[in-house]
Amino acid sequence: MNYNITNILQGIWKLADQTGPVAIMEVCGTHTSSIRQYGIPSLLPPNIRLVSGPGCPVCVTSSADIAAAIALASLDEVIFTCFGDMMRVPNGDVSLYSLYEQGRDIRLVTSPLDALTIAQEYPEKQVVYFGIGFETTAPHTAVLVEKAAQAKVRNLSILNSHKTMPQAITALLQNESSIDALLCPGHVAAMIGAEAFAFVPEKLQLPAAIAGFAADEILAAILAIMDLLHKQKLDCVNMYPQFVTPAGNRSALNLLYRVMEPCDAIWRGLGSLPQSGLQFRPAYRDFEARTRFNIEKTETTEPKDCLCAAILRGKAIPPNCVHFSRDCTPDAPVGPCMVSSEGACAAYYRYREE
Amino acid sequence: MDEVITLAHGSGGVKSRELVEQLFLPAYANPYLNPLTDSAVLSVGETIAMTTDSYVVRPLFFPGGDIGRLAVSGTVNDLAVSGALPKFLSVGMILAAGLEISLLQRIVKSIADTAKEAGVQIVTGDTKVVEQNSADRIFINTAGIGVFPVGRSIPPQKIAVGDCIIASGFLACHGMAVMAERNHLGFQPAIESDVAPLAEMVQGVLQANGNSVHALRDPTRGGVAATLCEWVTADTDILLYEPELPVRPDVGAACKILGLDPLFIANEGVVLLAVAQSCVKDVIAALQRDAHGKHAVLIGEVRKGSGRVIAVTEFGSHRRILLPRGELLPRIC
Ligand code: SF4
Repeated sequence: MNYNITNILQGIWKLADQTGPVAIMEVCGTHTSSIRQYGIPSLLPPNIRLVSGPGCPVCVTSSADIAAAIALASLDEVIFTCFGDMMRVPNGDVSLYSLYEQGRDIRLVTSPLDALTIAQEYPEKQVVYFGIGFETTAPHTAVLVEKAAQAKVRNLSILNSHKTMPQAITALLQNESSIDALLCPGHVAAMIGAEAFAFVPEKLQLPAAIAGFAADEILAAILAIMDLLHKQKLDCVNMYPQFVTPAGNRSALNLLYRVMEPCDAIWRGLGSLPQSGLQFRPAYRDFEARTRFNIEKTETTEPKDCLCAAILRGKAIPPNCVHFSRDCTPDAPVGPCMVSSEGACAAYYRYREE
Repeated sequence: MDEVITLAHGSGGVKSRELVEQLFLPAYANPYLNPLTDSAVLSVGETIAMTTDSYVVRPLFFPGGDIGRLAVSGTVNDLAVSGALPKFLSVGMILAAGLEISLLQRIVKSIADTAKEAGVQIVTGDTKVVEQNSADRIFINTAGIGVFPVGRSIPPQKIAVGDCIIASGFLACHGMAVMAERNHLGFQPAIESDVAPLAEMVQGVLQANGNSVHALRDPTRGGVAATLCEWVTADTDILLYEPELPVRPDVGAACKILGLDPLFIANEGVVLLAVAQSCVKDVIAALQRDAHGKHAVLIGEVRKGSGRVIAVTEFGSHRRILLPRGELLPRIC
């Protein structure tokens, strides 16, 4: 979409003049990173605050899952594959990155299917893929599993930590008064459909807009939200109609639910949320790396005094944490919010230096 | 000659001699090296510049270059941006037993070719061989000596309010080429590194506009961001015009996919210059006369400020650029 930025900004400033302070939460990591990259806060009136929510898949992955990843990547017979931003998440003194530095076979992939290629290339090894992310990445993992099953590849398994977004938003924002509106993730909406976000105005009583990822698309969605707030209208407008249909991408969802089914899942900071995770259906269960390698479920232990949990809930800000910028920095993160550039602590860390 | 490197090649005995005489000497031949004395005896001008760097890149060969071309270009460019004319290089190699001689031959040829292109002579060297598991096939160290042309002053590396920032070419090509190759990202066509010795281009600029060049740097690891963060002082800011940043479309697309900012990615064929405003056009013209400077462009300016590097986006919004941290890893979402 090509919006007229000047008009949009004028509209936002005009409406902001007539409202008090407004806090808009973006629940998608890609939004957070676009917002930083395009310097959007510097364009907005001072009474509009953009707050990052639980949309960073790195931050919400439980420490038990990180511990499982580290246990698997430490096995001699395993080639561990994952996306780059999981590498630095620490569990105590160990991270995937520190194992990689010690010479463990850990490989970055840009598509889950790379794991299948590696598995076929090294039949004598066990290849494990770390599946994280929301409805946007889960179908790709489902494709991987289906293809591996068809090709009868026996040396590939998945550490499945996929999650679904609407349950987290609900858990996070029920009974929450500090957030005034939601910027909903365009990618997830393209998958699950605009209708899947109707719960935001209905259940959570918050106006919302589904937004694309270019600067003008984000700003247009903010204008739409300001307009809803101004008219005191509870609605979720689809500002990304070129990709987001009311019902979503049925074929991808069918594929996803052919391979996986909902299950309870532990979110960092949010605890166990009913039906917010995805597990393999019985026919595909031997693809689960935890079962194949007998990885015991460890207790979820958060780093001592780390406030990530409260921060993900919007209950604390990073400077409240005793570790913040002392022993917790992007170079040496204590908690996950400091790891990804989309994490709240990492973002605060940068702005602290402004 | 043997097919692979063995520990005997590092013994100092017959095999070592063979390696030197059959592989290195013919490739690097010059009157300083040929006598094979304990040290090269060189005659240089009054003030010299000297630098050294080690190269441990993986993979050894990548689109657009290899570890040999990198080892020569890197050191030559360090000398060049000091304002010196690179003259002599040393090449030290740590080889792991089992390395194929044919591969070493390719690397040595690349070193020789790049040295020729850069106008430097390889005048001394050293080879050690270690057990297969204690090194990754080949590490190269190069040291270089450069001289300052008579009457030319050394660029002060001190930028002033009003200076303009120029990039001599497309950014991030080298870092993305190596990252794509290392992680088997399989972009089609493959992203090519721009690794090249830039001494001639830099000398061209200094000859024409020496006095107006206030700072010169090759933004290798840490990319343009790291260099500019070092250039700002407590009372200046550097403003970068983001839409003007020269990024090749393939490199830009790869950065987008991986969630990386080209400003933070290593370059091996680019120099950054801070020049007096009055000479911007002349400096760009001088750069563009060289094949490696064809895409030279003005990318920013120095303002009064408080030590910040700020990117101005196409919408006029501002984004602070901070020193890069840790190794860059592609992100997921
Ligand atoms: S500063 Fe570090 S330890 Fe504290 S909440 Fe943030 S990530 Fe956790």
